[in-house]
Formats: sequence, structure tokens, C-alpha cells
Amino acid sequence: MHLLDIHQLSIAFESYDFRMRKRTMPVIRELSLSVQAGEILAIVGASGSGKSLLAHSILGLLPEHAAISGKLTFDGQPLTDRRMRQLRGNQIALIPQSVQYLNPLMRVGQQVEEAVRIGNPKLERQKVFERFRLPQAAAAMYPYQLSGGMARRVLVCIAAVSGAKLIIADEPTPGLDEQVAQDTLLVFQQMADQGTAILFITHDLTAAAQIADRVAVLHSGELMEIAPASSFTGEGTALVHPYTRALWQALPQNQFIHVKGWQS
Amino acid sequence: MRIPTLLLRQLMRLVLLLACVSSLTFVLMSNSPIDPVQAYIGADMLRVGEEQRAAIAEHWGLNEPPVQRFFTWLSAIVRGDFGTSIIYRQPVVEVIQEKFMSSISLLMIAWLLSGFIGFAAGVAAAMKRGTWLDRIIQWYCYALSSTPTFWAGVLLLLLFTVWLPIFPVGLGTPIGVRADEVSWLDRAYHMILPAITLSLVGVSHIALHTREKLIEVLSSEYITFARAKGLSGLQLVWRHGLRNILLPAITLQFASFSELFGGAVLIEQVFSYPGLGQATVEASTRGDVPLLMGIVLFSTCFVFVGNSIAEWTYRIIDPRIKEWYKHEA
Repeated sequence: MHLLDIHQLSIAFESYDFRMRKRTMPVIRELSLSVQAGEILAIVGASGSGKSLLAHSILGLLPEHAAISGKLTFDGQPLTDRRMRQLRGNQIALIPQSVQYLNPLMRVGQQVEEAVRIGNPKLERQKVFERFRLPQAAAAMYPYQLSGGMARRVLVCIAAVSGAKLIIADEPTPGLDEQVAQDTLLVFQQMADQGTAILFITHDLTAAAQIADRVAVLHSGELMEIAPASSFTGEGTALVHPYTRALWQALPQNQFIHVKGWQS
Repeated sequence: MRIPTLLLRQLMRLVLLLACVSSLTFVLMSNSPIDPVQAYIGADMLRVGEEQRAAIAEHWGLNEPPVQRFFTWLSAIVRGDFGTSIIYRQPVVEVIQEKFMSSISLLMIAWLLSGFIGFAAGVAAAMKRGTWLDRIIQWYCYALSSTPTFWAGVLLLLLFTVWLPIFPVGLGTPIGVRADEVSWLDRAYHMILPAITLSLVGVSHIALHTREKLIEVLSSEYITFARAKGLSGLQLVWRHGLRNILLPAITLQFASFSELFGGAVLIEQVFSYPGLGQATVEASTRGDVPLLMGIVLFSTCFVFVGNSIAEWTYRIIDPRIKEWYKHEA
């Protein structure tokens, strides 16, 4: 059974133009995908393709003027707004995309501890800091005192201590040095091995192909293709959609091919 | 920078400010059309002859050029002599002390009330943004911030002393009771209405400001993330919102000492409350230069202290600034 099932999800933003006519700007169109427990599903797309909105829609964090349609199912039951509010933080956790998501006036230790759902918060925080190689002294620091890499690891810690069944990682690796980025990916793999489902949102196709089981390619709010990670190899002949293939072939380590018509 | 250096710099600023404020007041007073002698004599004008008036003017040194008078006053101040009030015929320091003592409780109650009520109203409005509660709070704030203080005072007087005679019409103590027989309860009873009036008007600033700030904070990314962590409602605002909006609110509240004092001048006049505000009006309309100068110096210090506290609270609450000071020290 799928842990998370998204069926025909559409998101649009409603706004009023200068003549006070209602305008609807679609940002995600009829997107369907599903994640199983223990699976890493990568969602790859350029910025502006609607990746972060997808993450926020699963958590019920979209702004009020967003019009949402479609059906979301989590753990066999419909994921309503009410249920999203109940599940977020304990069944579904978010790793946000920037350190701006940490409260600037709260010690990071406290921010990790308040995310703990099971067990002694302080103990769990110490354990997770150890696991992600953060110095224990960092707990008493404020976000601005941390390096970029440390702050990102704190964000990962917050998701890890929640014990969630589904982790939505929204661009967790940019800004990390190669070693830490690899460590983070490794941690995702470990968590997946323990049964956590991971929605790995990224624009880094290489990283996606490396750790994901399947890769979903998003372009301008539409799902191009969901391909097994194994298809992203060689010249990408196993890939069905031309956009996906173009994206793969454009990577420097592949052919670095520029394909006209797909630059939005 | 070391803390003593900071304090010294602050002190120098105060001295400079006092010099500017006092010379400005002096210029204004010496150009004012009020004749201090005439104001002093008042109704007895007919019985006091030209010669006697000249003698009074001579005694007060009014015939000397203004610049010389200012420096005479200044050198006395430096020696710690604030002079004698013309209208109260008491040393200025004693008058200010006595008047301030009766004003301070009024001021502090109004200040605390407006701070707490305003902050709570602002938080409630922001949390219930767009609902009827928010609209009522906003409507109240806009209505009151466009209401002159003295007019609000007169309205409340009408309401609570004439139509609903709950509170006394004015004064700081009951009429016909000897000063040593006045209990603190009497004083408190006379203070309630002026204090409420003063705080009612003070609420709107802090409430509107807090509402704006909290709405801004609530749309921030760290609040989104706190929601994602499962926090909501009061718990969310308490943990992640309050600290971030408390600092600007406290700063605003301490920086409002000037408005508080200005409000007290009007309110004490409306309620005939014998405090420093009323003394200010008396001193300026009756040409009591020594007293007015004394009050100006005192109120400048009062407002300056408020602003300094506002500045220093940042060091206690905002860790970013606190650590910066530590680092610089």
C-alpha cells in the first residue's frame, strides 16, 4: 500500500487584476504520484516548477488564496486539512529549503527539542546531534551563529527527531560542502532503509539519480515523467519523455547538450 | 565598546539635549507676550502701583538683557540652585518633587495599562485577522488615535461623573477634607478616571503596532516551519511569535514617555488634577520662568531615560545584539 497518494492535484493562485477581475494562475496541474514506505521519490525540476508548493500543499501550509483541488491520501485515509494539521510534525515532517526557516531568536537546541514527539526531548536532541555530527555546544547557539552547513544539519535533525513516516525534504543539499551533502544523502538512505518514506525535492538530477528509487520530473507545474532511477544512466535512452532526456543529457558529466525549446 | 564608554556617551548626549531644550524654552518665554509681573499680581492689578510693579521687576531681574538672565540662571543651576517658583513661592525643586509625586502614580498606571491592554489587543487582532474581533480592535484604535486627548477626557467626565456618577469630577483629593486626613484610597479613587483616560488613548499606538508586527511575523518562514513541526494557535504565537514582537513593543512603550507626559499635561488640566502637567500649564501661562525651566529640564530627563531604557532593552532580549555587545567588550 502506498503511504502517500496524490491524485490529480492542481494548485492555482487567485488574484485580482487592476479591474478587480478575478484571475487564476495555475502553478501545479493535475499531478498524480505516490510514495511507499521506505521509498525515496525524488522530485526534480527547475526553480519555479512548483516543487516547494507541492511540499507545502501536503502539509497544509499553502497561503489562503491558493485554490487546491485533487485528492490526497495518507496511510489509506483521505488527507484533509484537519488531518494535515494533526499529522504534521509527527507523521509528516518537513526539511525546509533555507535556514531562514529557523527562528532567529530561539536557541537551536530548543528548536530541535520542541520537534521531539517520543521520548525525552533533551536526550533525543543529544542523540540526533551526535548522529549528524553537530557539536553539543551548538544547542545553545542562535541560528545566526551557525555556519550554513551546521544550520542545514539542524534542519535535518528537526525532521529526524520527529519520527515521521514521511519526510519531505525541500532542497536540503544546496550550500552544503560536498562531504556534508553526501552525508545528508546517506542519512536519507538510512532513514529510508528503516522504513521512512522520503520525498526528496531537488534540482540536482545527479543527487536524485544517486539515492532515489524513482525520479519524478516536474516542469512548469506539470509532471513530465516518473522514471526509475536506474534509467538515468548512459545517454538516457531508457527515459521516455524528451524533456527528461534533455535534462539528463544537459548535465556536464554527460554530453552537456543544449536542447532548444525547453528553457522556460 | 565598553559599557562605561557607552554610558559616558549617553550622558554627554543628555547634557547637550538639556542645553538645547533649556535655551529654546528661555527664548520662547522671553519672547512671550505674558508679563510675569502682571500674571503674578493678577486681579490685584488696580491696587498695585506702577512703582511697586517696577520694584518687583527689578527684584526679579527682569530689566536685565535676556542673555544675561539666561546665564545667571545657568550658573545657578550648575551650583544646584534651581531658583524659587514665582507662583508657588517655594523652591522649584520642592514644587516639582511634590507635583511629580502626585503625577507619577497616574503616569505609571496609565503607562502599564496601555502597554498591557494594547499589546494583548494587538496580539488578539493579528491572530484573529480579518474577523469581527480584529475589525473592532482596529476601529477602536483608529478612532482613538484620531481623538484629541482632552476631548476624550471631557467625554469620559460627562459619562462617568454626570450621567453615571461613579467617579469624582476632578481634583486629586476630596473637597473639605484636611490634607492629613486624606487616605490613599481617596487618592486612588480620584486617580482612576484620569488614568483610564490617559491609557485609553495610549492603547491604540501599541495595539496597531503589535498587530502589524505579529502579522508580519506570522507570515515569516520560521512560523511556517513551526507550523510544519505541528505547533498551532496560542502555543505557536507564545513560543515563536511573542519574543520576536515583544522587543519592538517594549521599545515603543518606553519611547512613548514623551506622549505620556504630553497627555498628562492635557488630562490633568481637564480633571483639575494637581500634578506636574497642571503645574506646567500654570507656569507657562503665568510666566513662572524658573518653574517652567525646572519642569522642562526634569521632563527632558524623564523622556530621555525612557528612550535610553528602550535602547537598552535590546541588549537584554535580542540575543543578536546582546552577543554583539559581548563580542565588542
